[in-house]
Amino acid sequence: MDFNYTDEQTMLRDTVARYLADTYTFDARMAVVNGTAGKAGWNPATWQAFAQELGILGAPFSEAHGGLGGGALENMIVMEEFGRALVIEPYLSTVVIGGGFLKAVGGAIADTVIPQIIEGKVVIAFAYAEPQGRYNLSDLRTTAKKEGAGYVLNGHKAVVYGAPWATHLIVTTRSGGGQRDKEGVSVFLVPADAKGITRRDYPTVDGSQASEVYFENVQVGADALLGEEGKGLPLVEQVVDEATAALCAEACGVTRTLHALTLDYAKQRKQFGKAIAEFQVLQHRMVDMFLEVEQAVSMTLMATLKLDEKPLDRAKAVSAAKIKIAKACKAVGQGAVQIHGGMGITTELATGHFFKRATMIEGQFGSMDHHLARFEALTD
Amino acid sequence: MDLNFSAEDIAFRDEVRSFIAENYPDDLRAKADEGEELSKEDLLKWHRILGKRGWSAPAWPTQYGGPGWNSIQRYIWSEECARADTIAVLPFGVTMVAPVIMAFGTEEQKAKHLPAILKGDLWWCQGYSEPGAGSDLANLRTKAERFTGDDGKEYYRVNGQKTWTTMAQHADWGFFLVRTNPTAKAQEGISFLLIDMKSPGITVRPIITLGGEHEVNEVWLEDVIVPVENRVFEENKGWTCAKYLLAHERTGIAGVARSKRGVERVKTIARSEMEDGAPLIKNPFFKRKIAELEVDLIALEFTELRTLAGEASGKGPGPESSLLKIKGTEIQQRITELALEAVGHYGAPYFRGFGEGDNEHPIGPDYAHRAAPTYFNGRKTSIYGGSNEIQRNIIAKAVLGL
Repeated sequence: MDFNYTDEQTMLRDTVARYLADTYTFDARMAVVNGTAGKAGWNPATWQAFAQELGILGAPFSEAHGGLGGGALENMIVMEEFGRALVIEPYLSTVVIGGGFLKAVGGAIADTVIPQIIEGKVVIAFAYAEPQGRYNLSDLRTTAKKEGAGYVLNGHKAVVYGAPWATHLIVTTRSGGGQRDKEGVSVFLVPADAKGITRRDYPTVDGSQASEVYFENVQVGADALLGEEGKGLPLVEQVVDEATAALCAEACGVTRTLHALTLDYAKQRKQFGKAIAEFQVLQHRMVDMFLEVEQAVSMTLMATLKLDEKPLDRAKAVSAAKIKIAKACKAVGQGAVQIHGGMGITTELATGHFFKRATMIEGQFGSMDHHLARFEALTD
Repeated sequence: MDLNFSAEDIAFRDEVRSFIAENYPDDLRAKADEGEELSKEDLLKWHRILGKRGWSAPAWPTQYGGPGWNSIQRYIWSEECARADTIAVLPFGVTMVAPVIMAFGTEEQKAKHLPAILKGDLWWCQGYSEPGAGSDLANLRTKAERFTGDDGKEYYRVNGQKTWTTMAQHADWGFFLVRTNPTAKAQEGISFLLIDMKSPGITVRPIITLGGEHEVNEVWLEDVIVPVENRVFEENKGWTCAKYLLAHERTGIAGVARSKRGVERVKTIARSEMEDGAPLIKNPFFKRKIAELEVDLIALEFTELRTLAGEASGKGPGPESSLLKIKGTEIQQRITELALEAVGHYGAPYFRGFGEGDNEHPIGPDYAHRAAPTYFNGRKTSIYGGSNEIQRNIIAKAVLGL
């Protein structure tokens, strides 16, 4: 057993951490998020720096594709650092999810698109959620009908994070069977500007951008299909598990930072003639927050290391991790705000923004109840 | 002991219910339903309607124009307002400064301020907290120096900074705690001043909170001149007023009736949201959480009723009201948590409101677009009005004698 990073992994972490500490300051981030930096919601130059200057968009890809030869652990390292700096750029949807699908299906499409991801030319958003579907990945009303050599897509995808910035969308559809059947799910990689796609863009409460995406008779070629027609659900489940593990890593960064900010504040803030950190009731709360963070980190590592196991073991590990992460996000987020007092709910301090992101992570790719039910179902 | 309402109580309930149904403005309801930000005029509209009927200040005695309701009638009133989902009458005048003026004010102060508060003519704000005086309120530094003006009259010159001043952007008047004796021990040497917010030297700066709201402000006072007759009670005895006010603020902070409404709202969401083809409310885990919430709410309600009965028999609101504040705010926060959980993906879109030229319909179902901001904003309830940690300290000391 070995929980140590390799030299390369340590270097990756340090490189990302140093870059973000230097350039991705809270003020710089807020200027981008609020659009006062002249860009709507994100900064493409940052993405190019990730690609060119840091080379991290290739972290989990093979050297044959031009990547760094890493995998899930490298995604974990990058995402944890992104969590610490509250990075909004779409590494999760582009590299982890887009890259995850492409690595899993392999072949010509992977050979073409992965190098473009690494170069920062292809940005992917994951259009999987639907208004009625909640966290059920196979509850799909968006349809793909075979027509000629290709397919025609119709439907409405909900809350697609990063869609306003994306060059491509990965879309889950129903190509056969009933609305929630396990069979009949097909996945496509579609150019975001394909004819028949319309979007309604909006900011999200956690500082990102998302869209409602509507497909009206969108024609795609057979080469847009990722995997086999109608057999896409296991592939989607695998990639969403990989994404969930990466999201857990982001949460580790978010909650670690929230905890650190809270300790700092409690040591500085004086009431009744002493630092509030001296009050035992607050000390115990900060200890409990620490316990949550440490367990979150352990669970994230566990889930990340089990991503290559059999689907059932992988799913159990990821759901177990997400349950603990949701708890940590709530306990650490609420504790941080409470100990900051009024300052915790203003937009002036970073704390509130980390709290908002932590809150959104709680529900992303399934709430605690969803993952508890999934874990239970896989256990008996 | 009897848990049932008397025939008179039921007649009273029917009377207020039909009054609300006939008089509550439709446009106010529509705006509130849409999550639209309410203007100053909107917020005062219902107050003024109630003022005309004599019902804007349920707890006031008749000698000051109150309805003279007993505690059961006041309970029924708040239940009916919540049932009809009316906006609340702003507390700063009616339930905060007015009881202090009644208890400690001069006849001139009563005559000048109470009728205007009752009618909703003037908007009040509370100048208590300072950057260095939150939970430790007595640490406040805003100072008021007494001097004789050129006209031979006595004045205070006030300098300092207040913060978390709710709705100060609309305020006509404010009640402030200021230090009049800098050498006295913390809680001595504080005075309670009524200050005209249009006085030269007052600057109000917005603080934007996590849901994007502008509710609270910083208030800067620079050489603000206040006539001595605007002081309530004796000089350096303002802490007595402050404590009196805080005890009054805490009754009603339980928010039972509003929370009942909130639970209903969560149920409505859970009936509409689908999970695996069935309404979320059918999910046994979610249903259980609602049930636990409802049980806690019943416990809070009957604890409040016991407290009210105590008040009716002559006991003023005591340290027990801290219990209501703690449990009440915990329940309010859980309601916002459950609502956010229920809306699923559509908790994420940030809807800025209609105020900024965006007339587009919000993203997702109508019940979803305020779920996250309401959850974020609701974190304030365990912080304001004396944080829940402070409330536990009060119970430990004043109730348990620890």
